[in-house]
Amino acid sequence: MTALVIRGGHLIDPAAGVDGLKDILLRDGRVAEIASPGKLKQAEGAGGPDVQTLDATGLTVAPGLIDMHVHLREPGQGYKETIATGTAAAAAGGFTSVAAMPNTRPVNDSPEITRWMQAAERSAAIRVFPIAAATRGSKGEAINDFAALKSAGAVAVSDDGLPILKDGVMREALAAAARVGLSVIQHAEDTRMTHFAGGIAGMNAGAMAFKLGLRGWPNEAETSIVERDIRLVQELRDARVHLHVAHISTAGALAAVRQARRNGLRVTCEVTPHHFLLTEEHVGLYNTNAKMCPPLRAEADRDAMLEGILDGVVDAIATDHAPHAVHEKEVEFEQAPNGITGLETALGLSLRWLHNEGKLPLGRVLSLLSAQPAALLNLKGRGTLAVGSFADVVIFDPNAEWTYHARQTLSKSRNTPFDGWAMQGKVRWTISEGRIAYTSE
Amino acid sequence: MTPSATSKRRPIHPPAAPALAFPYHPGSLLSASDLTLDDISDILTRATALENQDPLTRDRILAKRRVALLFYESSTRTRTSFELAAKGLGADTTLISSLSSSIEKGESLKDTGLTLRALGAEAIILRHNSSGAPWLLEAETRLPVLNAGDRMHEHPTQGLLDLRTILAHLQPGAHTVTAETLAGVTVMIVGDILHSRVARSNMQLLPRLGARVLLCGPKELLPEIAAQTGPGIFIERDFETALRQSQVVMMLRIQAERLAGLQLDLEEYKANYQLTGPRLAAQAPKAIVMHPGPIIRGLEVTAGVADGVQSVILEQVRNGVAIRMAVVERALTAAQPKGGRA
Repeated sequence: MTALVIRGGHLIDPAAGVDGLKDILLRDGRVAEIASPGKLKQAEGAGGPDVQTLDATGLTVAPGLIDMHVHLREPGQGYKETIATGTAAAAAGGFTSVAAMPNTRPVNDSPEITRWMQAAERSAAIRVFPIAAATRGSKGEAINDFAALKSAGAVAVSDDGLPILKDGVMREALAAAARVGLSVIQHAEDTRMTHFAGGIAGMNAGAMAFKLGLRGWPNEAETSIVERDIRLVQELRDARVHLHVAHISTAGALAAVRQARRNGLRVTCEVTPHHFLLTEEHVGLYNTNAKMCPPLRAEADRDAMLEGILDGVVDAIATDHAPHAVHEKEVEFEQAPNGITGLETALGLSLRWLHNEGKLPLGRVLSLLSAQPAALLNLKGRGTLAVGSFADVVIFDPNAEWTYHARQTLSKSRNTPFDGWAMQGKVRWTISEGRIAYTSE
Repeated sequence: MTPSATSKRRPIHPPAAPALAFPYHPGSLLSASDLTLDDISDILTRATALENQDPLTRDRILAKRRVALLFYESSTRTRTSFELAAKGLGADTTLISSLSSSIEKGESLKDTGLTLRALGAEAIILRHNSSGAPWLLEAETRLPVLNAGDRMHEHPTQGLLDLRTILAHLQPGAHTVTAETLAGVTVMIVGDILHSRVARSNMQLLPRLGARVLLCGPKELLPEIAAQTGPGIFIERDFETALRQSQVVMMLRIQAERLAGLQLDLEEYKANYQLTGPRLAAQAPKAIVMHPGPIIRGLEVTAGVADGVQSVILEQVRNGVAIRMAVVERALTAAQPKGGRA
């Protein structure tokens, strides 16, 4: 049986309330023991032939990060990303779990595909938790068999990439998901305001879109769906109902979530690093690596995302990692697909901007990237390093400053607006269920 | 999940968007905003000089230089005048249109541009049905690119030829422009502002010379946000009120091909915004009437107005050749770039 000892690191485990120097013994994929430096009691703690020891002196040790919103492109679009490459990039970014959205080819709306994505043959570097489609083919019409999808391993349902637009279908999805203990993750976009006869809106509605001659994606297209969904949750009067808003981007939608929570509803949301750092100005002159859905917003919305993170209404940081091949982004802005990669930059950006600049305590930043998404997806034994938990660990140098270079990515794609950006906090090791999934040079 | 507020919190100011590298080539004309007032003065001066030059010496200026016209949308005026302009300077031109080339087979804009460059094109004149396409083409080829209209974004040479036309009537003989050249002048632009690249280029250009740009049209075709795109731009929804204030009346075509999905009653539009002889005589008897073409007679303007004494529509067309000679000359004679230009 394998054992791993992490010595001398500073353990920060917000869920367990730990913040101090600790030695950690990992055995058989679980956390076996935590003790003050040099005080591990179990035999492996003393080292031995079958025990690997990692010297974490000067480093931070934390629960492995959890990204509840990624696109791994398999099945069907292996030229953009595979489960193997996407999870390798995730491990490099400090993630030990990712939740994979169902807009694959074909759409993951079946237990078969859900199981296929988790099979050992996919060679995932870390744990993949599929999010299954809420409706057949993500067409927003017929609800899938959530019980069967959950048995196959789905951790939530969503039609991400598209909204569940019809009131009746969304109501039924929320109710059916609640019955089996799953959340519905809504991609909040009223496509009646963003899809036109002549094309699809590619950037935030406003003066800049007008100037660039691009169709605008108005804030109301997001807020109206979030408000509608909250109304449905309220009407269902069932405490088990859990609405999670994916990649929230507007001040209005965030205010609606805040109010819903005050009203005692189980409504949660995630924000991406690009929505809390960038604005529509970053589109510049048609930079397709600044094109995603929802689009980069005005400064007031971006500031509202930061405020929401600092004041706690935002439940998780998620990347919406959306790889696309180089040739797909080297096209006219309006023809370029939506999305950017994000797994390798989320921690570095969050530490730099939320912790260093914003003085958000390190534990809070890490919680947004691990304990909180674990709770949202009901991932038992993850997001914490309490004894008995899964041995999902990230070990990083919190003081290291480095520059991200997209050409060095482990993802198959390099469509990021953060190429050349300064990052804070360098991942040294990522450990997934006791195995070292990533080691930096 | 509602942690207590932290006391040490401080405001976060993430980095502003980086400065843009465009245009990479000093000979490119992608947007009217690329041009300084000096650039505009130079182009206007060269346009007049080239127009007046003996065609037999003029065609030595760019003798045997290669210019590609890459057209993804149909065009009469712009294509012909660019072609005449380039040929008038002695350049060889070749026309690639989307319906008779490998574009039909799915060749990308990048590959088309690289292919043209490999064939010896020294500049590319691009008309495209996607806003921003000229920036992509310039970034990929690093050739001088002249934007001949990118969907609903810009049409900078139209803005320049409109300016030349306006100056000929309001400031005859002026070639050197300043921030006051058009002070006190109101130019109204009427109709489908939302879809108009002509409007956008004029909105970039005219306020910088001191003109007041008054936009006029129904909400469906003229969103409020248009007035926030720059200084000197205002909205007046009442056509006759706007007419009374204007020395220049620029009418735009109702672009049926871009109206899909909009609820617009054409009869109502005509009742409110059609430029008729009586309206013009009553509200703006001295104004010049412009139109970038193609005109739909009987829709945005009546035939009488289009052919009337206040109309300078054909002058605009003529000015197109002179302006495009100056712009093509600039493209092929500008100093070679040393890497990107900040």
